[in-house]
Amino acid sequence: MKENINNKMNNTLIKQSIFKSAKGLWLALPMILGTILLISLISVIVPKSFYTLVFSKNPFIDSFIGSLIGSISAGNPITSYIFGGEMLDQGIGLIAVTAFIVSWVTVGLIQLPAEFVILGKKFALLRNITAFMLSIIVAIITVFLLEVII
Amino acid sequence: MKFKNKLKQLPGAWYFLGTIIFIYILFLIFNYETYLDSLEFFNQIILKIIPIFIIVFILMSLSNYLITPKFIIKHLKNKGLKKWFFVILGGILSSGPIYMWYPFLADLKNKGLNYGLIACFLYNRAIKIPLLPLAIIYFSWQYILILVIVMMIISIIQGLIINKLMEVKKNENCNSI
Repeated sequence: MKENINNKMNNTLIKQSIFKSAKGLWLALPMILGTILLISLISVIVPKSFYTLVFSKNPFIDSFIGSLIGSISAGNPITSYIFGGEMLDQGIGLIAVTAFIVSWVTVGLIQLPAEFVILGKKFALLRNITAFMLSIIVAIITVFLLEVII
Repeated sequence: MKFKNKLKQLPGAWYFLGTIIFIYILFLIFNYETYLDSLEFFNQIILKIIPIFIIVFILMSLSNYLITPKFIIKHLKNKGLKKWFFVILGGILSSGPIYMWYPFLADLKNKGLNYGLIACFLYNRAIKIPLLPLAIIYFSWQYILILVIVMMIISIIQGLIINKLMEVKKNENCNSI
């Protein structure tokens, strides 16, 4: 008898969990679709050569620009590695490329509206601003350590 | 009148989607090629993320079933650096686009996970184990190893900064991780 009640409660709990998840995803769906549509449009409009044209030779300005471009870009990290590799081949400094690949995945300006709605405006803004600044710091520390160790 | 009222009830997210669709319609009229290329890109992403969407749904259901505020408090409370370790690990092991994880994280937040840990989770999503071989090919293993370690440490620093800026009180931390 007790086992039956426990089983029923468990089943109800499972159903509630599934319903709650479905509702959560449904609420996020328009933002997710809108974000993917926007990413698709930007990926087509902004040519890949644009990323290599903007950089100068100054490591500090480059790391700032790298971080800035990485922030407004979106997509799989795999793309950032390929872009980063191409940037290195073009003679762009490692600090700038590091800032670029780090901010690519840690800052999400395109996804910001989704983050606003789902996680809160204040948190989303603070997270992205700190991630932007930290991507420059990560780049400087990483390249410094690499030069010291190797 | 009824239509206007219904429009007012729509969440902002639908307006965002509507605006993007409107932009696509403009491209359909004035620049058909860009419209087609963008749609093709969109299709590629959608096809790629459908399996991830299913995984996220299963994980969300599991977390709704298993992860209650009590569960979080039990497993992450008073563990000091360990709770950060678990969040870092979760961030690294999670896959798919970042925005796919927002509903999951919002759910965890409602169950007591603080903002700093959410930020730490999102930061560590930048580290993707399956992609590391490609990164090593482009940048050398020494560079990637240093970068990964630096990013893990920085993710904790970002979490602490976020907690400070979001004014998470110390006793709130003790009670809700």
